[in-house]
Amino acid sequence: MAPRRPVAVVSFAQSHSVRREEEHNDVEMLQPVIVDVFQKVGLTKDDMGFVCSGSCDYLVGAPFSFVAALDAVGAWPPMRESHVEMDGAFALYEAWTQLQEDDIDTALVYSFGRSSMSELGRVLTLQLDPYYLAPLWPDPVALAALQAQALIDTGRYGEADFAAVASRSRRQARSNPHAQVTGDHSVEELMADDYVVAPLRRHTLPPITDGATAVILAAGDRARELCERPAWITGMDHRIETHALGARDLTTSSTTRQAAAAAGLLDGEGEGAAVEVAELHAPFAHQELILRDALGLADTVAVNPSGGALAANGVMVAGLVRIGEAASRIMDGTATTALAHATSGPCLQQNLVCALAAEPAGAGRG
Amino acid sequence: MAERTAVIGVGQTHHRAKREDVSIAGLVREAAVRALEDAGMGWSDIDAVVIGKAPDMFEGVVMPELYLAPALGAVGKPMIRVHTAGSVGGSTALVAAHLVASGTHERVLTVAFEKQSDSDAMWALSIPQPFSAPLLAGAGGYFAPIIRAYMRRSGAPDHIGIVVAVKDRKQALLNPYAHLHIEDISYEMVRDSIMLWDPVRYLETCPSSDGAAAMVLASERVAEGSSSPHPPAWIHGMAMRSEPTMFAGRDQVNPKAGQECAADVYAQAGITDPRAEIDVAEVYVPFSWYEPMWLENLGFCPEGEGWKLTDAGATALDGGDIPWNCSGGVLSTNPIGASGMLRFLEAALQVRGQAGAHQVETVRRALGQAYGGGSQFFAMWVLGADKP
Repeated sequence: MAPRRPVAVVSFAQSHSVRREEEHNDVEMLQPVIVDVFQKVGLTKDDMGFVCSGSCDYLVGAPFSFVAALDAVGAWPPMRESHVEMDGAFALYEAWTQLQEDDIDTALVYSFGRSSMSELGRVLTLQLDPYYLAPLWPDPVALAALQAQALIDTGRYGEADFAAVASRSRRQARSNPHAQVTGDHSVEELMADDYVVAPLRRHTLPPITDGATAVILAAGDRARELCERPAWITGMDHRIETHALGARDLTTSSTTRQAAAAAGLLDGEGEGAAVEVAELHAPFAHQELILRDALGLADTVAVNPSGGALAANGVMVAGLVRIGEAASRIMDGTATTALAHATSGPCLQQNLVCALAAEPAGAGRG
Repeated sequence: MAERTAVIGVGQTHHRAKREDVSIAGLVREAAVRALEDAGMGWSDIDAVVIGKAPDMFEGVVMPELYLAPALGAVGKPMIRVHTAGSVGGSTALVAAHLVASGTHERVLTVAFEKQSDSDAMWALSIPQPFSAPLLAGAGGYFAPIIRAYMRRSGAPDHIGIVVAVKDRKQALLNPYAHLHIEDISYEMVRDSIMLWDPVRYLETCPSSDGAAAMVLASERVAEGSSSPHPPAWIHGMAMRSEPTMFAGRDQVNPKAGQECAADVYAQAGITDPRAEIDVAEVYVPFSWYEPMWLENLGFCPEGEGWKLTDAGATALDGGDIPWNCSGGVLSTNPIGASGMLRFLEAALQVRGQAGAHQVETVRRALGQAYGGGSQFFAMWVLGADKP
């Protein structure tokens, strides 16, 4: 939907994305990121009208992993705060809607995840229908492979197209100091990789990542005070598909398209709006192709200049990082329009789309 | 300016120790269907779904909302999953309410559940974490020392917890949905039950339940055009507050986050004397002693006086001036993720005159409260019969 009140991303911070954060626990990993996101705009947690976070208990194998995270923020005196068991992008959505109510002007959003604490494939398999699907133990790579094969079977794309996505992602990630997987590899080199689960080769899979991220949102004039070029959220929406994989067309992303339309990113003819940058949360290489098509992105759009989820895929983190990275391109002046996408669940089951611009929607309001 | 928001549909399951007759999807659907029927709506009328539950370890399903999306009619719609520990049922209702108050949606279905028979909740809560103080044997082991601190501070006599346990179990007999129906509940029965975590006896403890709760929240426009046979319950105030689990000097008996959350809600609702201005309250009392403690935290009486209200019968449906937990409360029904929403939902039932045998006469305003974690997460709302 389009906002009633202009709200912008005014600050973004993230940890380095690493395979295994062994020296710091969740709180210690998160705390420097919180400090950083505040320092960039000269604020403290006492300036925040609302705080919302995203994390997943199962990653560390203990209930209430988000509870200790309050220590990273320093939740004293008590604060208005909530938590979603979802990617931080959905926490940002919750904060964005509450900012529409006018009684607060700022919000801190953060998320964190240490996938190295568990066997991620097994944890994510426990997301599946516990009666009919999870007992078969199809892991996320196996499910993504089914999706990739279905995409190949449409004749739209082949394995070399997947490799091209990975090649570009790694190359672009070289300029991202927080990225985990970078490199300069040709499609031919990547195609020499072994299959993990056919038709997915090693390079088409996301890395397993430990990391944390934080964003500050501000409304109206408060955003203009805090940031020279706020990244205004001109629309945002998210939608979920059925869980039953057999009932979905895995080769398209109907809910990404639905969310994009609601966020004002499709024109009257259903073509993608002209944005300069798109940060897409595509954990598997072939999913970027599905998302590009769903969003109707022109070839001129810079897709995942950060390297995307193939360069770093913190579970619960990577979606919010996409919003932060897209907003950063506006805040640093390299773009005037951008979109960010976040996903959750097997094979792009749930999708969020956020439209960002250097000018608020219906500029002049607020 | 926030949009006026109301509860226009309410539904809950019959709560039991084991609902082996339904899957998780069947459980949440039972509550959701009842809420939709009460609202006079169908699945297609709903704009968005907000679901909450406590730790995923309780059922062993990670982010179960993904699997539950089709069962809750959420396909093609926005769906949000909330988790704020024990307060989650309340927080989930508030996240849903904000989606309406912010003008984002006009009809939001909110659902909370727990199917605790799928695991052993006490041990799921007791997984040791490196460098963290252990919860010991479940929540009771955590809260018992805090209750002892309350008793020492306030000089409350030993029997107060028993009074609460008997009162709430008697009131549960009037609620057909309640898990515990102990027909011959008595002071002696509670007193003689085994001591679990001194001073908390077995019958002063909440049960472990399978159950779900659901509500339909709506904008002013939708609420006023609603075909529900029951009037809307308008939100007069709502708030959440959180504070860290532990630090030197933290008062866990009368937490500041709870006091500030109540103050915020009362200010929104224009309430200055909660005991006089709130007709009925549903408050999260998982261990008997939390009634006198929350009477003080919520400002129904001065600090140290809560036990006197309980002892005098002021909180009883039968004869009290501030009936608390007429439904039987958490002490009688405890599907953890839904327990907070049941408090919020029971407040709506009272305002809408739907509470049946446990209905309080003439309810203009009702309070719903939930808390979680180490008495550190608070969610509250005040509902009223009058449009604010």
